Amino acid sequence: MGPFETVEVNTDLLIVGGGMAACGAAVEAAYWAKKYGLKVTLVDKAALDRSGAVAMGLSAINLYVDLNSGKNTVKDYVDYVRNDLMGITREDLVANIARHVDSTVHLFEKWGLPIWKDENGNYVHEGRWQLMINGESYKVVVAEAAKNALGIENIYERIFIVEPLMDGDRCAGAVGFSVRENKFYVFKAKATLVAMGGAVHVFRPRSTGEGLGRAWYPPWNSGSSAYFTIMAGAEMTCQEVRFIPVRFKDAYGPVGAWFLLFKSRATNAFGGDYMVERTDELEKWLPYGKVKPIPANLRNWLGMLDTMEGKGPIYMRTEEAIQKIAEQYKDDPKAYKKKIKELEEEAWEDFLDMTISQAILWAATNTFPEQSPSEIAAAEPYFIGSHSGASGAWVSGPKDLAPPEYFWGYPNMSTVKGLFCAGDASGASSHKFSSGSHAEGRIAAKGAIEYIVKENPQLNYDANQIEELKKKIYKPLEVYEAHYKETTDPDINPNYIRPKMFMFRLQKIMDEYAGGVSSQFKTSKPLLEKGLQLLQFLKEDSEKLAAADLHELMRCWENIHRMYQAEAHVRAILFREETRWPGYYFRADKPSIDPNWEKFVNMTYDRKTDTWNVFTRDIIHIF
Amino acid sequence: MPSFVIVDKCDGCKALDKTACQYICPNDLMVLNKETMKAYNREPELCWECYNCVKICPNQAIEVRGYADFVPLGAQVTPMRSSDSIMWTVKFRNGELKRFKFPIRTTPEGSAVPDGGWETATDDISSPLLFTEPGSLKMDSLFTLNK
Repeated sequence: MGPFETVEVNTDLLIVGGGMAACGAAVEAAYWAKKYGLKVTLVDKAALDRSGAVAMGLSAINLYVDLNSGKNTVKDYVDYVRNDLMGITREDLVANIARHVDSTVHLFEKWGLPIWKDENGNYVHEGRWQLMINGESYKVVVAEAAKNALGIENIYERIFIVEPLMDGDRCAGAVGFSVRENKFYVFKAKATLVAMGGAVHVFRPRSTGEGLGRAWYPPWNSGSSAYFTIMAGAEMTCQEVRFIPVRFKDAYGPVGAWFLLFKSRATNAFGGDYMVERTDELEKWLPYGKVKPIPANLRNWLGMLDTMEGKGPIYMRTEEAIQKIAEQYKDDPKAYKKKIKELEEEAWEDFLDMTISQAILWAATNTFPEQSPSEIAAAEPYFIGSHSGASGAWVSGPKDLAPPEYFWGYPNMSTVKGLFCAGDASGASSHKFSSGSHAEGRIAAKGAIEYIVKENPQLNYDANQIEELKKKIYKPLEVYEAHYKETTDPDINPNYIRPKMFMFRLQKIMDEYAGGVSSQFKTSKPLLEKGLQLLQFLKEDSEKLAAADLHELMRCWENIHRMYQAEAHVRAILFREETRWPGYYFRADKPSIDPNWEKFVNMTYDRKTDTWNVFTRDIIHIF
Repeated sequence: MPSFVIVDKCDGCKALDKTACQYICPNDLMVLNKETMKAYNREPELCWECYNCVKICPNQAIEVRGYADFVPLGAQVTPMRSSDSIMWTVKFRNGELKRFKFPIRTTPEGSAVPDGGWETATDDISSPLLFTEPGSLKMDSLFTLNK
């Protein structure tokens, strides 16, 4: 292959990513950039209309604080998030998102997203913080506003960003390659806003055949935010706080509507309700075992205890829930029939909007939710700081909400100058979901423009650094080219490893040593230390990754990105000597929660020496 | 193979510079075989079954067959997406059919105005107010701790 033309793009603000946070950033940045005569550029590895975690659509907006109605306050939301995360949260960041998110949801509605309304014209709430939507085109609508704001000439699609571009301790842009053409892209920017999502396929999924791709979170979220920020030298936080969703088994259909809207129960195979039968277990996880609602990880944990005792399958009692709602109409057969039909449509739309595979699975197993229950199960671990996980970069809070320890100049700037983060890229600010990620993208974008205006950084670019990066990024193509003719099957060659097997090796290590599905989410110091040894071999072998084409080259780098997310995770779990989120992972050698560990575990990586520095940061309450 | 292409229906989007499915796939899976001029899914085991290729195909040449490692055969879920709604046909293994229609947007395609019609209240780049606030909050002011 090759030669590879180098394309240089000079801009003021570079937005890396195309999902909800990136689209929010685009809309906000475009306004302020115009005012100051600045240029904003967005680069996406896919097509903006359908990129990121909302590519398929969503059936709910999970964060709407509803401040305007006076029913909830910013503090209510912060309390909910802090409790759900067992005390580990940046209240300033969560409060900042909470105070802006309604504004973003109102924009979505203006742009054309259908939000369910009741007979009085009010939004239909799925739960206290959740709104029901007809969200098949959620991402299309949000991307449209971003495109209209930025102008398509400032949007680069199908370019995979691999590495940050640095000028000393400042982030000076990013480099990557086109997955369609022989072009190497150098984006030179005064500020860079990272929003490349979380990480999937770091752990071995439950389905490893054709169903490998049916992860709960999309397989194209490959740890690029984490890698980018780690390599830029940014301080990272909550790398131990993975998320394990309990979803409909195998196809991972959403359970939110069933639990919250339809008030369904989950029971074990013997009809027992673990949320009732295991309440005593919650005493072991105080004070968070006693908060309402019960934290997601503890709900997971009670179900996992049933599974580990052989009481599975665990069922979502859809038939019971639907009958119970319809019962209110039992004296009026016509109304009863109508209600059942309405509930049936709502149930199917929930899947068709966001997890079509689950609809296929129900149809393929002749499952009618009003007649029979459906199995649920804990999925493999994911890195998703925007949901009920918390991993991401350690970023500055806003001046008017953050304590001095959490404020260093510009909202959502990482500890690296000029490097801003939003969505899954920023940590310790869980439960932002799609709407909060969009709002956070807006916050970070305004912060980034403020940084450019006030500091006007004059950056120096080292041509050698760029050439070295280019060589390094394309190396897997060279490795393949040099060796693939030596054997009769290009998949098996002693001189290289192809990205698929590399990914399987990573997944096996994480699954068996860092508490994946097959280890029933349990690990320990000796297991983690052994896992680190094996990760070190993998890291050395990453030099021998081989790619036959540009698509496979992207797979190579995605898996290198995943590998660093994995290492950060293992090091954080090892450092935190307690079990704080038993339904996310269980340290068998430290099996209880320890109040002395009610603090953040943060870390930095020095790529020159390949060393990690892991330490704690205090939790400071703002209310 | 989660999404698959029907030979007789795919024309390789011959009038376009790249196929529609190739353009839209979030995981870069759909690719055009230049010899047969037909598209195919090159890594079915990394397909999320997001259906974006199915929805965008101008010839309705793409369908999805559930993941063979856990989905029994015989079901089919087929969308028909228009500019304001989507119609789904769900065929069960036992032959039963269900049809659902849901709205997908309330405005004409392309009409999303970034500010939603809300004015900017402050030109202060250091203010925590975003460019549509406080109007888009439907509140008089933004929550703060510095009163």
